[in-house]
Amino acid sequence: MTAQSDTAARARRQNLVWFDHFDSVEKACLGGKSASLGEMAGAGLPVPPGFAITTHAFRAARDGSGVIDAIRAELDGLDPGDTADVSRRAMAVRELIMSWRMPPEIEAEIRGAYRALSDRTGRKRVAVAVRSSATCEDSPDASFAGEHDSYLWVRGDDSVLEAVRRCWASLFTDRAVSYRVQMGYSHLDVEMCVAVQKMVKPRSAGVAFTLNPGNGDRSAIAIDSAWGFGEGVVSGDVTPDNFLVDKVMSLITQRTVSAKQHAYRLGDDDQVRRVELGPGQATAPSLTDAEILAVARLARAAEKHYGCPQDVEWALDGELPDGENVVLLQARPETVWSKKKITVSAGLDPMASIVATLARPLHARKP
Amino acid sequence: MADRFPSPFEITTPPGAEGWEKLYRYSSLFSDDRREYEDSQFWFRDGVHWPEVVTPWDATIYEYAIASLSQYNTRHYVIPPALGVDFRILNGYTYLTPVGVTNPAEIEARVPHFLERAGYYFVNWDRLYDAWLVKIRALVQEMTAIPVEALPEREPIEVITDGVGTGSGYTLQESYHRLCDLALKLWQYHFEFLNLGYAAYLDFFGFCKQAFPAIPDLAIAKMVAGVEVDLFRPDEELKKLARLAVSSGVAAAFGQSSPEAVRDTLRTSDAGKAWLAQWDESCEPWFNFSSGSGFYHSDRVWIENVDIPFGFIRDYIARLQEGEDLARPIAAIHAERDRIVAEYRDLLGSDEDRAAFDGKLALSRTVFPYVENHNFYVEHWAHSVMWRKMRAFGEAFVKAGFFTEADDIFLLGQDEVPAALFDMYHAWSVGVEPRGGKYWGPEIARRKGILDALRSWSAPPALGRPPEVVTEPFTVMLWGITSDSVANWLRSSEGSADGSLSGFAASPGSVEGPARVILAADQIGEVQPGEILVAPLTAPSWAPIFGKILATVTDVGGMMSHAAIVCREYGLPAVTGTAFGTAQIKTGQRIRVDGNNGTVTPIG
Repeated sequence: MTAQSDTAARARRQNLVWFDHFDSVEKACLGGKSASLGEMAGAGLPVPPGFAITTHAFRAARDGSGVIDAIRAELDGLDPGDTADVSRRAMAVRELIMSWRMPPEIEAEIRGAYRALSDRTGRKRVAVAVRSSATCEDSPDASFAGEHDSYLWVRGDDSVLEAVRRCWASLFTDRAVSYRVQMGYSHLDVEMCVAVQKMVKPRSAGVAFTLNPGNGDRSAIAIDSAWGFGEGVVSGDVTPDNFLVDKVMSLITQRTVSAKQHAYRLGDDDQVRRVELGPGQATAPSLTDAEILAVARLARAAEKHYGCPQDVEWALDGELPDGENVVLLQARPETVWSKKKITVSAGLDPMASIVATLARPLHARKP
Repeated sequence: MADRFPSPFEITTPPGAEGWEKLYRYSSLFSDDRREYEDSQFWFRDGVHWPEVVTPWDATIYEYAIASLSQYNTRHYVIPPALGVDFRILNGYTYLTPVGVTNPAEIEARVPHFLERAGYYFVNWDRLYDAWLVKIRALVQEMTAIPVEALPEREPIEVITDGVGTGSGYTLQESYHRLCDLALKLWQYHFEFLNLGYAAYLDFFGFCKQAFPAIPDLAIAKMVAGVEVDLFRPDEELKKLARLAVSSGVAAAFGQSSPEAVRDTLRTSDAGKAWLAQWDESCEPWFNFSSGSGFYHSDRVWIENVDIPFGFIRDYIARLQEGEDLARPIAAIHAERDRIVAEYRDLLGSDEDRAAFDGKLALSRTVFPYVENHNFYVEHWAHSVMWRKMRAFGEAFVKAGFFTEADDIFLLGQDEVPAALFDMYHAWSVGVEPRGGKYWGPEIARRKGILDALRSWSAPPALGRPPEVVTEPFTVMLWGITSDSVANWLRSSEGSADGSLSGFAASPGSVEGPARVILAADQIGEVQPGEILVAPLTAPSWAPIFGKILATVTDVGGMMSHAAIVCREYGLPAVTGTAFGTAQIKTGQRIRVDGNNGTVTPIG
C-alpha cells in the first residue's frame, strides 16, 4: 500500500475534519460546502474556524441505526406530483433519522471538537453555524443548493448534536425528496456532511477589492470598513472608512476615516440590529494599521488562490485572538475592471516619452 | 494661507551684517537694475546643498555648480522646456530660480536637438560613463599634483641650473588659477550625465505613477536603486577594518581615545602593522569622505580628521563583540528588489505596458549608477583635495603674515585671492613687507562678524510669488520641490496648530522617541542610541550612526535623498523635506515619526 493511498484510506475513516487541517484527499467525504471551506483554509484564506462531520460519520450513524430498509420502504413508489403524500412520507423519514442513536464515539468526538472550538475562541459555549453539506456521486453539488437545512447561532454541545441530526434529516426535506425522484437519483446514494463553523461576531467588517475600484489600479487593495456587521457597508447605508493598501509593498497609501453614524450589532435575541453610535466611535477608525494590513493580506491571498481580482467580504471577529481574528466570509471575482484592458504606455518610443516627461513631469507627490 | 513669499527686495540686512554684499560676486546679487526680472521669478532656497551661510570663497563652488548645471540644459542637451537655473546669494544664503522656455514653438524647435544629443548619451551611456571615470580620476590626480608652497627665501639652485626661467611667485599664482580652472572643470564633468540621468529616472517614475496611481515613491526608488553602490563603500571599509581589528586580536588598541595613541599601540605588533596597512589601503580613495555634504570648506574630511572614522570603527568593534553581524544582507536586498519588480510588472494591464516598463526600468538602471556614484567622486573625493589645496594656499598666507589661520582664505572671494597672491608676490619679489598683513587682519575680523550676523538670520524657504503649479522638471527632479511642498512651506510659515510637520514619506514605519537635533556634522557624536535624528539633511558619512537611531527627520530632501536611501536600507522610518524640523523640534522632546504618511508629531 502506498503512503498516499494509506492516507486516503485513513481519511475515509475519519469522522471529523478541522478546516485548517484539511487535506485534499478528504474532499470525497466532505461534500461541496465543507470541501470548499477546507480548501480555502488550506490555501491560507482565514475562514472562520470550525470542523466538518464527515460522510463517514453519517454512514456509521445510518448503518448502525438499522433503519435503511424502513427508509427505503417509506419512499418506495413515491409520486412527486402528490405533494401531500411527499410531505407526509418525507417527514416520516426525517423522524426516523432523528431517532438514530448516534454512535457514542462519534458523539464524543463532536462534543470534544465543539469544546475545543469554544476554548479556542475563549467562550464557554461559542455560537456556531451548523450547515448541511451534501454529497452525491451522480450530480454536481450545486444542484442541491438550498435543498438542505442550516442552523445559526447554535450554542452548547447538546444543541450542536441536535442540529447535526437535523442536517442529516434535511437530506429528506420535501423538496430534496421530490428533486431526487424527478432526476431519477437514488435516495440512499446521497450522503450528508455537516459543517460546524464559528459564528462571526464582528467588531468591524466590510468589503475589500484587490484593485482600486475607482481607477482599476491593480497594485492597490481598497478596503471599506465599518463597525459591527458588514450589512451597512454592503447595502451602502453607512459611509465606511476607506483604506488603500499597496499590494507589493504592503503599505497603507491612503486612509479616509468617515463619520459612521450607526452600526449593525447582534442583539440578545441573536438578531442583527442597527444601532446609533456616539460621536467618539463614529469618527474613530474602525481598523488599526495592523488590522488594515491583515485584511489586505487576506484579500491578496484570495486573489492569488483564485487567480483573478477578487471582491471579498471580511470581518474582524471580536471573539478571536489577535493574529487570527480577520476572517474571510466570501470571495467572488471582481467583474468591472477585470474585463478592461488597461494600457498606459501610449505607444511612445523611449526618447519621445522622456521629452513628454520633461514637458510635464509627474511630481513626487506627498501622500 | 499666504499666497506668496517675501520679495527679495523686501528682505533687510540683519544687524551687524551691513556690507555683506561686497563679499560676493556682483553677478550673484539681487540688484535694482535687474529688479523687474528678479521680482518676476520664484526663488527657492537650496537647503539641499547649501543649508548654511556660504563664505565668500565657498560661494565659488555654488556658482560653478549651478552654472555648469545650467550650461548642460541650455547649451549642450537643449532640454526642450528648460533653460538653466539662475542663482543668487541673499544674506549669505543661496536662492535658485529655474528658467523655463515658455514659447511652445521654441520648445518644439528644441526637440530635435535634444533627441539627437541626449539620445546619443543614452545609447552610448556605458561607454561614456567608463570614459567619465577615467576623466574624473585624471582630474583628481592633476589637482593633487598642483604645487602649493610658501614662497622661499631664495629660489632653489635647480631653477638656475635647469634654466627654468620662472620663479616660485609665478608658480604659486599659476597654481591658484589651475586649481580654480580644475574646480570649474570638475563641475562641468559633474553635470555631463546628471540631468539626463534624472530625466530617465523621472520618466520611469512617471510611468509607474500612471500605471499605479497610488504606488509609494519608495517602491519606485527601490526598483531602480543599486545595491552595491560607491555611496556605501566608505562605511563598508569601516566595517572591514573593525572586523579585521577583532579577528586579528588588535581591537583592544581602540580602547584609547586618541587616534595617535591607537596608532602607536598598533605599531608595536605585526598584527597591528597589518591593520595599519589595510587602513592606508582603505584611505585612498574611500576616506576622502566628507562628514558633511562636501560643499563647505568646514566639512571635516575623514582622512584629515582620523578621530571620526576611528570613532566609528570603535563603535563597530563594540557591536561585533556583542555578537552583532554588521554585514548588509546583500542577497536578501537583491531578492526583495527582484520581488518588487516582478510583482508590479505582473500587475500591469498589457504586454505593451510590460515592454515599456522593462525598457524604462532598464534605462533607469543604466543611468542610476552615475546618479548614485558621482557624489563620491565629485563632492567627496575631488572636493577633499580641493579644500586641502586651498588650505595650503592659506598656510602660505599665514607664513607671509596675511592671516592668523589657514582657513581665513575662505573669507576671500575667488577673485580676491589673486590680488592677495599678487600682493604677497609683489612684496616677496621686491624684498619688502606686503600690505596684506595690515590689510587682511582687520578685514578678516570684520568679515567674520558679518558672517556671524548672517548665520543668526532665519532664511525663508522661498522668495517671490510661486507658480500655480510647479512644472519645471529640474525643480522637481533635482530639488524635489513640488506644488505641494511650496503650499506646505506657505502653511508652515504660519505654524500648524499642534506643532506637527509634514514631509516626504521617505521610508516606512512609525516610531516614537526622544529627538536629537543635529545642526552640523561635528555634532553627530552627541547622538545616543534610541534617539530620533533631526537634522537639516544627512550625509553619506553619517552611515555608522544609523545603526543606533530609531528614525530620521530632515529639513530638506526628497525620496532619493541620502537620509531616505539609508533609512530604507536600515529599515528605519524617515520623513524628509519637512522644511522646519530643526527649527521646531528641540533635543529631548518626544516625537512620533510616521514614515508611512510623512508626518512628524510632538507628543506629550
